[in-house]
Amino acid sequence: MEIIKIGMADLGVAKPPSRLRTTGLGSCVGVVLYDSTHKIAGMAHVMLPESSLAKSGELSIGKYADTAIPHLIQLMERAGASTRHIVAKLAGGAQMFAFLGNNDTMRIGPRNVEACKLALKDAHIKIVAEDTGGNCGRTIELDATNGMLQIRTVNQGVKEV
Amino acid sequence: MVYFTKFGDFQFDVLREIGNIGAGHAATALSKLMQKEIDMKVPQVSIIPFDEVANCVGGAETVVVTVFLRVEGDCPGNMFFILDVDSAKYLLLQITGIDKDVYEWGELEVSALHEIGNILTGSYLSSLADLTKLNLQPSVPALAVDMAGAILSYGLIELGQAGDFALTIDTAFFEGNEQVKGNFFLIPDPESLPILFHSLGVPFDGDY
Repeated sequence: MEIIKIGMADLGVAKPPSRLRTTGLGSCVGVVLYDSTHKIAGMAHVMLPESSLAKSGELSIGKYADTAIPHLIQLMERAGASTRHIVAKLAGGAQMFAFLGNNDTMRIGPRNVEACKLALKDAHIKIVAEDTGGNCGRTIELDATNGMLQIRTVNQGVKEV
Repeated sequence: MVYFTKFGDFQFDVLREIGNIGAGHAATALSKLMQKEIDMKVPQVSIIPFDEVANCVGGAETVVVTVFLRVEGDCPGNMFFILDVDSAKYLLLQITGIDKDVYEWGELEVSALHEIGNILTGSYLSSLADLTKLNLQPSVPALAVDMAGAILSYGLIELGQAGDFALTIDTAFFEGNEQVKGNFFLIPDPESLPILFHSLGVPFDGDY
């Protein structure tokens, strides 16, 4: 069994028996897509809501919700998935430092979650599970054989959705 | 990231010196608080991909105690005072006499750590403000006990809009027999670097 590590602002696709894993999600959102018919899994570690926020010319596709999600769907289709079978799970989008919530940068977690939901809605993909918000970091691991998502936090241990 | 390529040895030296002066003052303040000798290592100035920032404190999943504050004013950026869980427990015991695991901390313990973080990062920043004659103000500090990756990524959001790399000024410090170990992290916003260099008369023609 191979564990494929997805870094910050990165994305990737896996087939069974591989697993996709990303560590230390704070305000970032882990977007997990799964096609159970074709057994194709995808994961993106989204850092910012919109690519329009980019200040430099070069664009890193995996960094923004509005570019990462369509690209991930494309990669999964190329690997043999079909969009109408894909469902999504979301984790992350926390507000690590709760009471600094008065400016936009500090509210980035909730904004990331909203942007991911919007991008998924545009792609007509249903969200079947969600563990977002709060103020704790998360590490997630997706099993490509069955689409189970394992979510680990420091205080609440491990859960599966 | 065009502008990081314009960094020469001289610019790196200047940033290291900034870390040295800032963390030096903070370490002195810590030493007074604890009434113990505090040593520090040579500051590491690095330009690293986001993913690797957490490696400096043991990896993205390592649980750390962090006081975070935003630097506002002429030269905005993010500042982190990071301790491992054992160090944080020991520090609290030394300064306040409270002996409690970090996972059991309540309002009082958190507030004490806030104040310690406030004093230390305050000395870091005020020495930096004296040196550069820039107006630097710390925000109210915030505390988190969580995975290093989740915490540090917070300080990278501003940078994330400009590129995929972070410039970090990281200074490790430790108490004589290593019962307290930690790091001061300063991550300037990208647009702060030219201001910082200019204030010190350091040539820098970065554009981005």
